[in-house]
Amino acid sequence: MRIEKHPILTFETKEELSFIFDGKPLIGYKGDTIQSALHACGIKKLSESIEHHRPRGFYCAIGNCASCDMTVNGKPNVRTCITMLEEGMIVESQKGKGIL
Amino acid sequence: MIEKDLIIIGGGPAGLCAAKTAMEANAKVLIIERSQKLGGQLVKQTHKFFGSEKTYAKTRGFDIAKRLIDDVTNYSNLLEIMTDATVVALYPNHELTVYQYGVYSKYKAKAIIVATGASEKFLAFENNDLPGIYGAGAVQTLMNLYGVLPGQSIVMVGSGNIGLIVSYQLMQAGVNVKALVEAAPKIGGYLVHASKLRRLGVPILTSTTIKKAIGNETLEQVEIVSLNEKWELISGTEKLIDVDALCISVGLSPLHQLLSMAKVEMKFVNELGGMVPVITEEHETSTKNLFVCGDVVGIEEASSAMVEGYLVGLTAAKRLGFLHPNYDQIKQNYHDQLTNLRSGPFGLKTRIGLAKLQGEDYAR
Repeated sequence: MRIEKHPILTFETKEELSFIFDGKPLIGYKGDTIQSALHACGIKKLSESIEHHRPRGFYCAIGNCASCDMTVNGKPNVRTCITMLEEGMIVESQKGKGIL
Repeated sequence: MIEKDLIIIGGGPAGLCAAKTAMEANAKVLIIERSQKLGGQLVKQTHKFFGSEKTYAKTRGFDIAKRLIDDVTNYSNLLEIMTDATVVALYPNHELTVYQYGVYSKYKAKAIIVATGASEKFLAFENNDLPGIYGAGAVQTLMNLYGVLPGQSIVMVGSGNIGLIVSYQLMQAGVNVKALVEAAPKIGGYLVHASKLRRLGVPILTSTTIKKAIGNETLEQVEIVSLNEKWELISGTEKLIDVDALCISVGLSPLHQLLSMAKVEMKFVNELGGMVPVITEEHETSTKNLFVCGDVVGIEEASSAMVEGYLVGLTAAKRLGFLHPNYDQIKQNYHDQLTNLRSGPFGLKTRIGLAKLQGEDYAR
């Protein structure tokens, strides 16, 4: 969900970017991080914890906590809260530690 | 190895202000910033600041950020900025490793100012790792930078100024703030912020905490519970609230890891937020020419971070042989501003913390 009306801030309509999340085509905006684009599409579960496979979402949104790590264009452990969305990105929930 | 005069780690309010005064004194500065933009956490602050006019009271946070950034970019001949660049190692001999765009590089500086700021604290309760549970700063980032709502209805934990202000910002963005819970028996932040929330009908529940989060894959409910005067859970007082987001605002702790890595003398001071470097009056750590300013040396407001930055920029430049034309005068002025900002009941914690860190003289 995106903010429609705000008393202080204005969010201009931006260029749309299409990307793939776990095989599903989605749309984000230019200027989004991967995580903000997913969240706007209602996707809060980003990955699973390594040992107990518990659902993981973002927590800090500034690249500190690693809770939002996902596999992006085949590369694991990408901090999706500080990585900008790009056209055609392939974003996947990460299971396990990931191999480079 | 790339050699520099003065490297400032962190381009938030403290780092930017340090850069400004150092460049006023004619020192060359490299600012290394982890995110894509300068300004630190100010860029997501939509509220007008308190404090003193000199530190931009009555100005919205993101506008303060713009002014601080303009202040430094005026010195284009002395300034170098690296964004999207993370300092991943700091060594005791003033060397550091920077990671930027997939490449690691080594730098060495004659003086370093660490202005890394702070990270948000977390809270222990059952299922606290469910998606839908966010730090207050994260909620601000999502809403105020990217225009995305964290959820439709939310409970806020913590009634410090951040908890109060972010609750108000959530309401402004159209989120239903169902309750604000505070474990202490009274509200932590300014009552002027709390009153705004109360007027909008947000219940502020003191002596109350989160017992557990409930949800399948993402947050669906939180269970809150009252606490007695010994901070023990009072059984039978549990209540369930339907929410799709929970915001944790229980304080910050200094991002001290680089300093610990550089083996400077550290001390745990609860009032300052956790592990902090032991410093001289000039904000120098136990390593010569390694300075600190802002939240990394104790959690305070952005206003104090700015003034500390101005002060440390002056000192570091002087150490490199660049004396600011009005050194004595403005140094005294910044010292006075800091004393002023830390006076009064809300500065008490900082005064106690600095006394523990530094000895009574410094706190006064």
